[in-house]
Amino acid sequence: MSRPDANSPSLQGGGRHGADGSVSGRNKAMTDIPANGRRLPDRLDNPLKSAVLSWESLLVLVALGIFVANSFASPYFLNAWSLSDLTFNFTEKALIALAMALVIITGEIDLSVASIIALASTLMGLALQYGADTPTLVAVGVGVGILCGAFNGFLVTGLKLPSIVVTIGTMSLFRGIAFIILGDQSFKGYPRDFAWFGQGYVWWVISFEMVLFAVFAVIFYVLLHHTVFGRRVYAIGNNATAAQFSGVRVDRIKFVLFCLTGLMSGIAAVLLTARLGSTRPSIAQGFELEVITMVVLGGVSILGGAGSIVGVVLAALIIGLVTFGLGLLNVPGIVMSIFTGTLLIVVIALPILYRMWKERRT
Amino acid sequence: MNRLLKTREIWLALAILAVIVLVTLRFPRFSQPSNLLTIFNDTSILMMLALGQMAVILTRSIDLSMASNLALTGMIVAMTNAAFPMIPIPLLIAGCIVVGAVLGGFNGILVWKLDIPPIVVTLGTLTIFRGLVFVISGGAWVNAAQMSTEFIQLQRGSFLGLPILSWFAIVVAGLVYVLMTRTPLGRAFYAIGVNPTASVYTGIDVGRTKFLAFVLSGAISGLCGYLWISRYVIASVEVAGGYELTIVAACVIGGVSIAGGIGTVAGALLGALFLGVVNNALPVIGVSPFWQMAISGAAILLAVVLNARGERSRGRVILKKAEGAA
Repeated sequence: MSRPDANSPSLQGGGRHGADGSVSGRNKAMTDIPANGRRLPDRLDNPLKSAVLSWESLLVLVALGIFVANSFASPYFLNAWSLSDLTFNFTEKALIALAMALVIITGEIDLSVASIIALASTLMGLALQYGADTPTLVAVGVGVGILCGAFNGFLVTGLKLPSIVVTIGTMSLFRGIAFIILGDQSFKGYPRDFAWFGQGYVWWVISFEMVLFAVFAVIFYVLLHHTVFGRRVYAIGNNATAAQFSGVRVDRIKFVLFCLTGLMSGIAAVLLTARLGSTRPSIAQGFELEVITMVVLGGVSILGGAGSIVGVVLAALIIGLVTFGLGLLNVPGIVMSIFTGTLLIVVIALPILYRMWKERRT
Repeated sequence: MNRLLKTREIWLALAILAVIVLVTLRFPRFSQPSNLLTIFNDTSILMMLALGQMAVILTRSIDLSMASNLALTGMIVAMTNAAFPMIPIPLLIAGCIVVGAVLGGFNGILVWKLDIPPIVVTLGTLTIFRGLVFVISGGAWVNAAQMSTEFIQLQRGSFLGLPILSWFAIVVAGLVYVLMTRTPLGRAFYAIGVNPTASVYTGIDVGRTKFLAFVLSGAISGLCGYLWISRYVIASVEVAGGYELTIVAACVIGGVSIAGGIGTVAGALLGALFLGVVNNALPVIGVSPFWQMAISGAAILLAVVLNARGERSRGRVILKKAEGAA
């Protein structure tokens, strides 16, 4: 049988560092095909117009719309405590989404985040059995997260493997280890001061999780949009080979980003374990897809190279609003997932449809 | 080069054989033909799904919605059977394939016409399809008592000593093999995976080809929807939860390159069989089934490391050839 894959040396070379991680990474090449002599605009959009038409403002509108709809739909919605409870719906996932956004912007992906939570939470429970106190528990959770992230990072950058496959593998591996340790058992009896991380309030209705998320959102905002590191993240996503030639240490940055995602997953593990007060190996099942949904809904291109932290934060808020609002209306969780899934596709499809409609008119 | 490719499947076959031999050393009954046939039968559904996934992955896409598609079609067919037991089973199966193909086609249309990355589309439909299972069933189960005897027994019948379920896998494998190696469409799957730009210039409609790959994976998911439900005799919202990644894992272990364009029917089948053999061997050698997940994770990582080595050395050879020609 003769194979058709023999004639692509350039692809193998160029793709090795590039958008290898996302399955559809190479789709980017598709947009290079005939532009059909599309005319260049006479002038660029002015800043105000582009701000109004930006992805983020679309998200703000969606968020406001859902907020208003929620207030009308349920009398219990507009209440400081309700709104505070709402944030518990998404803070843990959103924390991971912040780091995941950076990973996806570089053209990689990490599907193992939920399994990192499971492993970190399980090992925290194990440490508890040996009489660990609260600071040790937190250190174990965060430490395991970083180590798992570093393992992913090593496989992707050290061994040059596609991140989607690597993290599908470690997704099974990490949670698998949690299953080996715990089986059908669970760890319980976390100390009261540990529970504060997931259940405590800093001031009035402001929970610790909320504050932590706000702090990290600012940190990641600055990191991505106002540092050299952030610029390099975009550079890698847009053209890893070019970035490499301009002196960006592509592999090292990717490695750091996988560690960061691991770190955030470790922190999420601490929060989630503290909030639930117990650990089962099935903890956080399916989180990875929700995290990625947040990131993509936030306007981060799954092909890499574009996206903003503001968008991700807004997307997290939208998902939180939708699920909480539907929850108040007694809509079961599984039906909510239809809404989030549809939201994901519709929000991605709308701008594309709009562009197609516009092109057809001209 | 052909030889090199063959070895990948041969190595995998040897690995499977090694597992069987190792287990047999301690538990001779493991390699009895009847037990091996049971393993094959147990793995049939995964093998078919892996073939559908392979077609999609070849085109540089991914279908994360297969398990949800399976659950949705399965629920539809189970409820239909419970409500109208007189509908003949072959008709139900045909219906399953059509429903599955339509669901897959929905993915395909979004990828084709709107050019949304497949991973985003199928991530969305993964949750949508599974949510719809709940909506149509109201969260209720369809259990054995509600299904007709024929519905449950069809795949348990045997033909030439093999259960019908195994025959489904063999027939699907045969059809996909012919499609991949003997038809222009199969050729196109490989071509656009290797070089989409070049494919456009050779007259292949890339979007339409991807669409057809999704229709194929959807149709197979639909068929497996019936087979899964009638095998485990329960239709619920949780059917095949999280299975989408097992399907991808089978492909990866089978040497299907996630970057597209590389993969064979034999490879995907062996990848699925490997997982099947390991899962069947664990309880036999007295390892807790809780080890399953970690072992398949380790197997995926090992397979992808080995595959990457193979792909890299081949790349070098190609470059030398190109230099020689120039």
